[in-house]
Amino acid sequence: MTFQEITENLKQKFGTAIVEVKETVQPDPYIIVDPNSLKEISKYLRDEEILTFDFLNCLSGLDLKGKLAVVYHISSMKHKHSFVLRVEVPTDAPTVPSIESIWKSANWHEREAFDMYGIIFSDHPDLRRILMPYDWEGHPLRKDYQVPEFYNGMKVTY
Amino acid sequence: MGLLDKQFEDGNIVITSLDNLMNWARLSSLWQMQFGLACCAIEMMAASASNFDMMRFGVIPRATPRQCDVMIVSGTVTLKMASRIKRLYDQMSEPRYVISMGSCSNCGGPYWEHGYHVLKGVDRIIPVDVYVPGCPPRPEALLEGLIKLQEKVRNYSSVKSVA
Repeated sequence: MTFQEITENLKQKFGTAIVEVKETVQPDPYIIVDPNSLKEISKYLRDEEILTFDFLNCLSGLDLKGKLAVVYHISSMKHKHSFVLRVEVPTDAPTVPSIESIWKSANWHEREAFDMYGIIFSDHPDLRRILMPYDWEGHPLRKDYQVPEFYNGMKVTY
Repeated sequence: MGLLDKQFEDGNIVITSLDNLMNWARLSSLWQMQFGLACCAIEMMAASASNFDMMRFGVIPRATPRQCDVMIVSGTVTLKMASRIKRLYDQMSEPRYVISMGSCSNCGGPYWEHGYHVLKGVDRIIPVDVYVPGCPPRPEALLEGLIKLQEKVRNYSSVKSVA
């Protein structure tokens, strides 16, 4: 199925939960969905016969200055099509529902997005840092991140 | 010069100083700690493999710091790894030596400016004997560093100067 067909299908099913459709952007068109409906939509994308998105390629975080976003690249092994979803949340309340129960591979990806951007994935089974040390402060890939002078007595700056 | 220059003259008796004997023994069996950190580790493995054969210098990789004489810090030292490296170094018995291999462990390498997670030089946490430059250094360069370390060990004296 093409991007337009999948979007139409989702719009008919979920209506206003599809916040925005970005059709002409490069490299991939994507849709922005309401975080509250994310789980429902994901489940539908995976289980609906004509969609069968059985594979989460990639889950990424984004800092849009003021907003944080999570981007989901999904594809279907069965139908050989792919799709991009995005949710956006304000930086001061960055809570996104976890989709670990739908695509298992989201587990570590969500931990990484939490580690790097501080996005809280609610009902994630094990939301710990995955790359940085557990006692690290801050989330390094945020635009306003300041590199600490020292970490555990070791000088960090050059 | 070397310890064994006159080995089979004078009826198989070698006369030398204890320093010479100890240094010769040490530099001929620099057992290496078997761990790698990043892409430099690939070159270190190549140096251990048959083309370059680091074992001909008496370097045997050991899987525990308690049996090691030399630690080759081969790669990017992240802050998370730095405390582990310090601990491993502390567990090595003396005399112990450190070869810092590659730009990352020498000074942070390509991460020197924006590497929030990288220690800018392993010499900030442990003393380094030999720095091997390169990104990554070729196996020959690592062997050169090893020979430099052997020279350093050869010139060690257990008699402390009073001055």
